Amino acid sequence: MSDQAQTNDLELLTFRVADQEYSLDIMSVREIRGWTRTTPMPHAPDFMRGVINLRGTVLPVMDLARRLNLPSQETNDRNVIIVVKLQGTLTGLLVDAVSDIVAITEDDLQIPPDISSDPSLSVVRALTVIDDRMIRVLDLAAVVPNTSDEAA
Amino acid sequence: MSDQNDPMAEIRASFFIECEELLEALQDGLQELDDGSEDPETINVVFRAVHSIKGGAGAFGLEALVRFAHRYETVMDEVRNGNMHPDSEAMKLFFLAADHLSDLVRACRDETPLPEATSEELLERLDALLGEHGVEEEEEADDFQPLGMGISLDLPDLDAEPESSLAHYTIRFKPDQELFATGNEPQQLLRNLCGLGEAKISCVTTELPNLESLAPETPYVEWLIELDTEAAEPEIRDIFEFVDGLCTLEITCVSGPSAEDAGDTGPDLPDAPSLEATATPDVSTTPAAAEDTRTKPEDAPDKVVTLKKDDPAKEPADPEAKKAAPPAAKSVVRVDLERIERLVNLVGELVINQAMLSQSLDEAGLSPHSDAMNGLEEFQRLTRDIQDSVMMIRAQPVKSLFQRMSRIVRESSAAVEKEVRLVTEGEATEVDKTVIERLSDPLTHMIRNAVDHGLEPTEARQTAGKSKAGTVTLTAAHRSGRVIIEVSDDGAGINRERVLEKAVSKGLVAPDANLSDGEIDNLLFLPGFSTAAQVSSLSGRGVGMDVVKTSIQSLGGRISITSEKGKGTTFSISLPLTLAVLDGMVVNVAGETLVLPLNVVVETLSLGPDDVQMLRPGSYVVRVRGGFVPLYDLGVMLGYRAHRKTDAGAIVLLISLEDGSRAALVIDGIQDQRQVVIKGLDDSFYRAPGIAAATILGDGQIALILDPADIIAGSGHPRGADLMLSERKIANE
Amino acid sequence: MSLTILAVDDSRTMRDMIRMALMPAGFTVHLADDGVHGIEVLGGIEPDAIITDINMPRMDGFGFIDAVREQEGHRATPILVLTTESAPELKMRAREAGATGWIVKPFDPAKLVKALQMVAG
Repeated sequence: MSDQAQTNDLELLTFRVADQEYSLDIMSVREIRGWTRTTPMPHAPDFMRGVINLRGTVLPVMDLARRLNLPSQETNDRNVIIVVKLQGTLTGLLVDAVSDIVAITEDDLQIPPDISSDPSLSVVRALTVIDDRMIRVLDLAAVVPNTSDEAA
Repeated sequence: MSDQNDPMAEIRASFFIECEELLEALQDGLQELDDGSEDPETINVVFRAVHSIKGGAGAFGLEALVRFAHRYETVMDEVRNGNMHPDSEAMKLFFLAADHLSDLVRACRDETPLPEATSEELLERLDALLGEHGVEEEEEADDFQPLGMGISLDLPDLDAEPESSLAHYTIRFKPDQELFATGNEPQQLLRNLCGLGEAKISCVTTELPNLESLAPETPYVEWLIELDTEAAEPEIRDIFEFVDGLCTLEITCVSGPSAEDAGDTGPDLPDAPSLEATATPDVSTTPAAAEDTRTKPEDAPDKVVTLKKDDPAKEPADPEAKKAAPPAAKSVVRVDLERIERLVNLVGELVINQAMLSQSLDEAGLSPHSDAMNGLEEFQRLTRDIQDSVMMIRAQPVKSLFQRMSRIVRESSAAVEKEVRLVTEGEATEVDKTVIERLSDPLTHMIRNAVDHGLEPTEARQTAGKSKAGTVTLTAAHRSGRVIIEVSDDGAGINRERVLEKAVSKGLVAPDANLSDGEIDNLLFLPGFSTAAQVSSLSGRGVGMDVVKTSIQSLGGRISITSEKGKGTTFSISLPLTLAVLDGMVVNVAGETLVLPLNVVVETLSLGPDDVQMLRPGSYVVRVRGGFVPLYDLGVMLGYRAHRKTDAGAIVLLISLEDGSRAALVIDGIQDQRQVVIKGLDDSFYRAPGIAAATILGDGQIALILDPADIIAGSGHPRGADLMLSERKIANE
Repeated sequence: MSLTILAVDDSRTMRDMIRMALMPAGFTVHLADDGVHGIEVLGGIEPDAIITDINMPRMDGFGFIDAVREQEGHRATPILVLTTESAPELKMRAREAGATGWIVKPFDPAKLVKALQMVAG
């Protein structure tokens, strides 16, 4: 482990949301699915697109654009749902399209400037640059809210 | 679980599961005894239950449990042997002891502090009972020493005792005839002896008669063994432990450390140490007994044979021996609950898969008489059967739950000094395991309520001409695909004046409200409502019937109340048989597919031009056969559309709620009635009130399952015309 | 030496205990819930020794030993009685029924193994 800590390789899944590039640690990604119609949950916050059938289990799907306060796009066949697992719970994240998987090291990450007034940045845990493009690394725990607190 | 690979942890866990079963058998048996059962097997069951708990507890070194169980068992043994005939006071004590035993088991299991003070008190009372019946209470604590036991996979060499030097023994061993009847084998014994050291064995055959006079069953031979060993004499005797009294054994130490003791030891030890861990053989203290058995070889064989033939039949002290066997116990397999869950889920998948297949075959336009369609029909039937069978696996009788309640009655009646009898019916009714587990808390609360508030104080009962003892009845039954559990008391009934007064004073209803009896009774379920004039120690503060109602609702159940002045109150809980499937009505609302529990739907109506009336802005009623029923548009209530769709021709479902009230729900269309597999939704789905769960339809789409009562309650609309405040509003106060 | 053992006890915990005590010693262990079941199981196996509890439903230990001894093939099969009662009269009754020896619960696994080896090894 200590050897690895030196290099600290990190694989990121990059994807597009409202014409911006975001990424997630690939370790938290379970699968990627094509867009399918969601069943809306009444009275849920607007970033909750609803639920879909993931091989017999009910998967809540979140519209990442709305979650990040970005302009929501019309959904089309190219949209995908990234299924992530956080603390044992599966959640779907609706994004525009998946771009790539990139390997970087921890050294390539930059702490984002503290602009807490921008809510879309509060869920970004780091920034990195790949081929001159700035990619935001999402903090999954901040994206997927702990709803047991919020629902109460 | 890291425990899983530790065999002792596994057995320990299994022991506690077995304890629960034994405790249940104990409760049952005591109840039967209390009801006057004369069947000797009843007390045997009671005895065995306590005995087995003690046995297992000993193996795990659970001393407090062993100690209590042992003395309890001693008393039960007296009852079993007919030396004690328990009166009703004694029976009460037995029940208390059983409850306490169950507390001890759980405390040991959960490693929580042991209720030692109660142990002491109950033991004293049990001992007093023994004394009363003229039974000498012998302190047998030394007799049964719990032995903390760990199974080590490498067996320690028990014989490794520090031993000084070699000794030479001469051993004469002559088996008696009965030795052979017990499955003991001289050769085996001699071989074991050889294991101790160098042995020279010679067989003495001088007594062997000639062939004609040889009795085949009679042993004629004896052995002389010259043994050189480091072992001490007790170890040699250990080898012959099981044949004590079945042989002539003389051990003489010719030379070596224990030579001087040799003369003391008689040939036989009538009660040599068994293999129990604590006893150390004390050979020198038994010369008298040894003397006694020395004469045995002459007369013993006849005696033993006679005994063996007649013993079991004649022996009245052992009622179990030849008793007609009760029906064979059901053969049971223990299965990890997770595996069942997995199976339930898989069957759920199968049902969905079958529905999808049906749909696509349907769409393919196959003839209903084609082989494929016939095959599909068979497939559907099999799927249903498999589903039913799988659900049965999770079903359990409510008996264990009811037993827990009988304890609650005993404890709570003692606390408020009322005499209360619990009558239970339908204990064999089977309900989903999860439902049973989650019913425990609400039922406990309801039973306490019945004892504390439902039943009048004893004097008041007598004034009213009622029996001194109040009765609480707990029943379970299957009724039209649901389980109905009722808790009734024969108390004074709900004091409606006081309930109303209190509701008004708390602002729950308008002062000028004109409520029906049923509506007043239902006020009890409002959050924060408590009828006790003062908070009693028993019911406590903070938990009201609203909490009970919420827990029942979370199980997909409903609770209702009926009460008659002077006669008593009945709470009725209606629950789904299983949490996994639902008979549903599939409907369309604003382009979404929704499922409603079929059992709430009374009828479907089509709205006529003048059927809908506005009660006040935002609140409508529909005329149904002369009566008015509140009308709700599901599309609006679920936020699917902004405007009410109550035009003539709209389809309306008339539903009946558990409290007897009715409501009309506007929908766009009915698709189907079918059984759906329930998929749970937790809060991470932002589940709104009224959304009970979800299911997967034949096309793979998810449909939400609604809880109509919850939707209406959460709608902010008044349910009864005069009930001013909804529960939501109260909750916000 | 590997022995085949039939253990009869109505307590699941005890059966588990016996199994856990004997299997590491290389014994083959068959289990039965009570005397009646024990006789049934005995029909299909040839145990080198039998362990039985005394207090059991349907058929108790005494009845079971009796029934075993009545079978031609099991007249000499060693039977150890497993009981919490260390009272001498119970031992004597067990012996009269034909028991070979006794083990007092709670037993030390090693002693159980040793006792079995002594009567059947």
